[in-house]
Amino acid sequence: MHNFEFVKPGTISDAVAALGGEEAQALGGGQTLLPTMKQRLAAPTTLVSLSGVGEMVGVCTNDAGEICIGGATTHAQVQAETASSYPGLSGLAGQIGDPAVRNRGTIGGSLANNDPAACYPSAALGSGATIVTNTREIAADDYFQGMFTTALDEGEIVTEVRFPVPMAANYQKFVQPASRFALTGVFVAKYASGVRVAVTGASENGVFRWSEAEAALSSSFTADAVKDLSVPADGMIGDLHGTPDYRAHLVKVMTGRAVTAAQ
Amino acid sequence: MTSVTMTVNGKSVSGDVEGRTLLVQFLRDDLKLTGTHVGCDTSQCGACQVHVDGKAVKACTMLAAEADGADVKTIEGMANADGSLSVIQQAFQDHHGLQCGFCTPGMVMTAAALLKENPKPTEAEVRHYLEGNICRCTGYHNIVKAILAASGQEVTQIAAE
Ligand SMILES: Cc1cc2nc3c(=O)[nH]c(=O)nc-3n(C[C@H](O)[C@H](O)[C@H](O)COP(=O)(O)OP(=O)(O)OC[C@H]3O[C@@H](n4cnc5c(N)ncnc54)[C@H](O)[C@@H]3O)c2cc1C
Ligand code: FES
Ligand code: FES
Repeated sequence: MHNFEFVKPGTISDAVAALGGEEAQALGGGQTLLPTMKQRLAAPTTLVSLSGVGEMVGVCTNDAGEICIGGATTHAQVQAETASSYPGLSGLAGQIGDPAVRNRGTIGGSLANNDPAACYPSAALGSGATIVTNTREIAADDYFQGMFTTALDEGEIVTEVRFPVPMAANYQKFVQPASRFALTGVFVAKYASGVRVAVTGASENGVFRWSEAEAALSSSFTADAVKDLSVPADGMIGDLHGTPDYRAHLVKVMTGRAVTAAQ
Repeated sequence: MTSVTMTVNGKSVSGDVEGRTLLVQFLRDDLKLTGTHVGCDTSQCGACQVHVDGKAVKACTMLAAEADGADVKTIEGMANADGSLSVIQQAFQDHHGLQCGFCTPGMVMTAAALLKENPKPTEAEVRHYLEGNICRCTGYHNIVKAILAASGQEVTQIAAE
């Protein structure tokens, strides 16, 4: 790893100012960035730690009834603090990586990274969450723009994520045991306005909504409702761990399981 | 260089570190606490696990500078005050929870974190919690047994699958 200057501001505005510097980069839990830097795939000259920004840590409920999670909140804290308010989200957070990864990794880091096999993007898209940054609010539908690509501008940080709470929700992750990421994962959430289905790990374009399943599940929220649907294998990831056909099949199977588990 | 101060196994320590110095390097190279192992250096194996403010973390994937002001505990801090093995360590010995011993510091630190959160875990909960700790020798059964025994539970029931 190349050396860098380490700074740890205490407020969002100081963090944003520090990120304005030449080749500065935000550091969340470092669970993705530090391994990337060890491989010299990233070599910032300044790392701006967000772990000291108190206003970006914690879970609360706002006046609209949404769960608001600070961008620097760890997966372990989300798992613990949404267990009764949003069990579907808590269950997802508790399946990320392993306990040590959950004790450091943050929701903001995960959403900024937008790994095509990461768990949180499916919860954010499947819940129709709002990604709040230091400058604006971005709807999840506009935020995810393909593998490792988001609507975030240079130096922009995720300060908070707001989740509307569904009537029922569940995340089913088919684990890729070597990486502990999702080989394919599906987040299903039922709202009064309809059902949302978000799929991670499967598409070459990163997380996506499976609209046919959403329509079918909005009229009947049962695993049977998706039984006769199929997802095209076109554009699905094919690698050592699974072919595009296999992943397309998993999307349907995991959607059915998520619906059953959400009941 | 930045100077860092932290409590390690109950003692206050300070040192000068580069931005890129990992917590595990600070522990092993500067403090000479070589009980914390580096198995992979890529956040996969868990041999480097220590507790930072009571939580298990991979010391190969945390900067020393991030631990400034923290309370750190390593395997060297696990034995009882009189030098005898702690309940968890003794259970690893009694149940043959180690062979080469390379993964053991991380296993013991993870087990301690688990039993603090969940004093009477089920076998499935133990296995789930160990997901980030890789052992190439034991096949895990005896590690799971040791942890269940350390929690005061009967272990004869665990079948070797
Ligand atoms: C062994 C292992 C297993 C894992 N398994 C899973 C898994 O099953 N599912 C899963 O989803 N993830 C998994 N991860 C990834 C993990 O969840 C990471 O914590 C996460 O992807 C990145 O979060 P972080 O806080 O560590 O970010 P960092 O690594 O610190 O940063 C990642 C990127 O985001 C940027 N960034 C960080 N915080 C912010 C912010 N608030 N605003 C804007 N940009 C920011 C950084 O500049 C960097 O580009 C795993 C990681 C490991 C090491
Ligand atoms: S050395 Fe840290 S996880 Fe393997
Ligand atoms: S005892 Fe050898 S790696 Fe676990």
